[in-house]
Amino acid sequence: MKFTKTLLATTALTVAAGAVAAQEMTIVSWGGAYSKSQLKAYHEPYSAKTGVTIINDDSSAEAVAKLRAMNEAGNVTWDVVDVVAADAMRLCDEGLAMEIDADTQLAPAPDGTPASEDFGDLLVSDCFIPQIVYSTTFGYRTDLVGDTPPTSVCAVFDLENYPGKRSLEKRPINNMEWALLCDGVAKEDVYDVLETPEGQDRALAKLDTIKDSVVWWSAGADTPQLLADGEVIMGSTYNGRLFSVIEEQKQPVAMLWDAQVFDLDGWIIPAGLSEERKQRALDYIYFATDTQRLADQAKYISYGPARASSAPLVGKHEELGIDMAPHMPTDPNNAKNTFLYNYEFWADYRDDIDAKFQAWLAK
Amino acid sequence: MGMIGGAVILMGLATLYITVINNEKLSRWLNLALFVVAGFAFAQVGGIVLGLIYGSLTSWFIFWLYEGRYRRNLLPYLTPGQVLWHYTFRVICGAIFVFLITPILVVLPLSFNAQDFFTFTPEMLRLDPDGYSLKHYQDFLGLRADSNGEWLRSFKNSLVIAPIATIISVSLGTLAAIGLSQSHVPAKRAIMAILISPMIVPLIISATGMFFFYSDLGNFMENTMGMNKNFVGYVKVVLAHAVLGIPFVIITVTATLVGFDRSLTRAAANMGANPVTTFFRVQMPLILPGVISGGLFAFITSFDEVVVVMFIGSASQKTLPWQMFLGLREQISPTILAVATILVALSVALLVTLELLRRRSERLRGMSPS
Repeated sequence: MKFTKTLLATTALTVAAGAVAAQEMTIVSWGGAYSKSQLKAYHEPYSAKTGVTIINDDSSAEAVAKLRAMNEAGNVTWDVVDVVAADAMRLCDEGLAMEIDADTQLAPAPDGTPASEDFGDLLVSDCFIPQIVYSTTFGYRTDLVGDTPPTSVCAVFDLENYPGKRSLEKRPINNMEWALLCDGVAKEDVYDVLETPEGQDRALAKLDTIKDSVVWWSAGADTPQLLADGEVIMGSTYNGRLFSVIEEQKQPVAMLWDAQVFDLDGWIIPAGLSEERKQRALDYIYFATDTQRLADQAKYISYGPARASSAPLVGKHEELGIDMAPHMPTDPNNAKNTFLYNYEFWADYRDDIDAKFQAWLAK
Repeated sequence: MGMIGGAVILMGLATLYITVINNEKLSRWLNLALFVVAGFAFAQVGGIVLGLIYGSLTSWFIFWLYEGRYRRNLLPYLTPGQVLWHYTFRVICGAIFVFLITPILVVLPLSFNAQDFFTFTPEMLRLDPDGYSLKHYQDFLGLRADSNGEWLRSFKNSLVIAPIATIISVSLGTLAAIGLSQSHVPAKRAIMAILISPMIVPLIISATGMFFFYSDLGNFMENTMGMNKNFVGYVKVVLAHAVLGIPFVIITVTATLVGFDRSLTRAAANMGANPVTTFFRVQMPLILPGVISGGLFAFITSFDEVVVVMFIGSASQKTLPWQMFLGLREQISPTILAVATILVALSVALLVTLELLRRRSERLRGMSPS
């Protein structure tokens, strides 16, 4: 009932305010193909339904810093912000994002399952509504790796069979886990080992064996460019970027799904919005995170919808007409060996390990 | 290694041409054909073009050295050392020129890439028409199905913000420069230093300060004066850019005022002109070159600016440099190169027009172009 009231109130507000001035909201996201998928799957239908004009701001990369500054200046210009789960947790802890109750403020699944069950474990923070599951994984040049294409993530550390440059992200997260895994640590023990200074040194020692052959990247677009140039023979990046390189750009690249690391990306609403803007943001979130909308986004980009009820609805790519399900990181064939980004571990150890990693990089 | 190898091959060819063939025309054609064939063998069509250039260059160079033509245009009494320096100097100048220009020139062909990467594809190197396309230009203009109009929108924003900011900084900067050139103004140097400070203080620091200052200003304008949010956004960015442009105007106008004869304004006053008329009819036309070049600098500052606008502007004020920055960080799309090419063409056109106008006005005023 509460939800119906909210919706009614929002609609009333929308109508009332719409008579006065054109409605506008600023939605912050990552830019590129990702923003485009949101534009097609969420913004356009929402604007058509409500008449709200949506302005895109591609500033998610510096969302935490900017929200802090905006809050301090008392001038929050953003209405809805797309961030990764780790950033959402930080914003929530600092009180910069508002808490959202999944069951009353989000749409239930078509069969009536409440949203909190539909999202399940992926609701990792009270302020965060997950949207997609993406993964950081490897792509390799099919023409540059010889006759036996790599099947395991340890090919990255195998300079003997796969000589050449590889690109890795310039941060310890993921790289340390992969290094330990390929140094013979069992998957379930990785974080126990990584907690100890010896374990951290062990991971860095493993990375040291390939340090001379590594090109470090910091933007998601780097590895696709390096692979297309043939400058690296394999490299890690977000799986959607690799999909675009392989299927849209037709480059001789293939996916190495082994030991992919899942992470979540989703929405937050900044704290401190005026009542009118807050209601509009909530109304947008309600619309954009329902089962059908999340499944629609997968028509434009190969990231898995965060709701369990969306998975069966994933269809074909809008332009290429290929089935998207096999390209989802969550597809059973791709998800044989996976990690989930360990939010708790990295929240506790990130500063220490970052410092060690940077020192090692500079050596 | 390659350089030494090339030198040895060229020496061999030179000996062959000079001692065996001993006929300049014949050996030059032979050399050209040789290089073209070699170029084709190594890299098809693209190689032929390179071969043509190299072939004609090397044969010219061989005979230029052998016949001693290098002394032809020089004063006859120069020592060998001076002749050597004469050419070394030119080579150094050429190298600096190449250093400055090549990065810009590399961008031009890449912007016609048929692929979505910053890569010279094999098709491009073969000069195959399939390797080239105008799709990135279409993307910029919003003509492609998958382009989203962001580029055009930010281009329009830049075209709105930069001229208004320029007009403000030119008017304020010129006034300040004229005021500061009066002899009776106290603390001239201190005032000048303050006015110029936006140019000297690191941009990121001014940007941080501006962010908080303009946030308060914006809140006041929106909440107390009830102005439209978008309009306030533009006002903030325009004012910030005007502040950044003012120092350039002050410096150039002050420089031209040094050569301005004060007795002219007194003569005008003597004949009954009020100060405003004097300024527009007497002083302004004489210092116009300084005002225009200051305005040009101010325009380019605003048109190029990415740091301050990212701090102050919200998404509806996104300018072209901001969009390019985002494009580089998020997707390395050659649309950026297409935009860069268009901007290079625009600035060349702008500078050429200005230069032509300047010459024309000087000719009309009966002065010879300096």
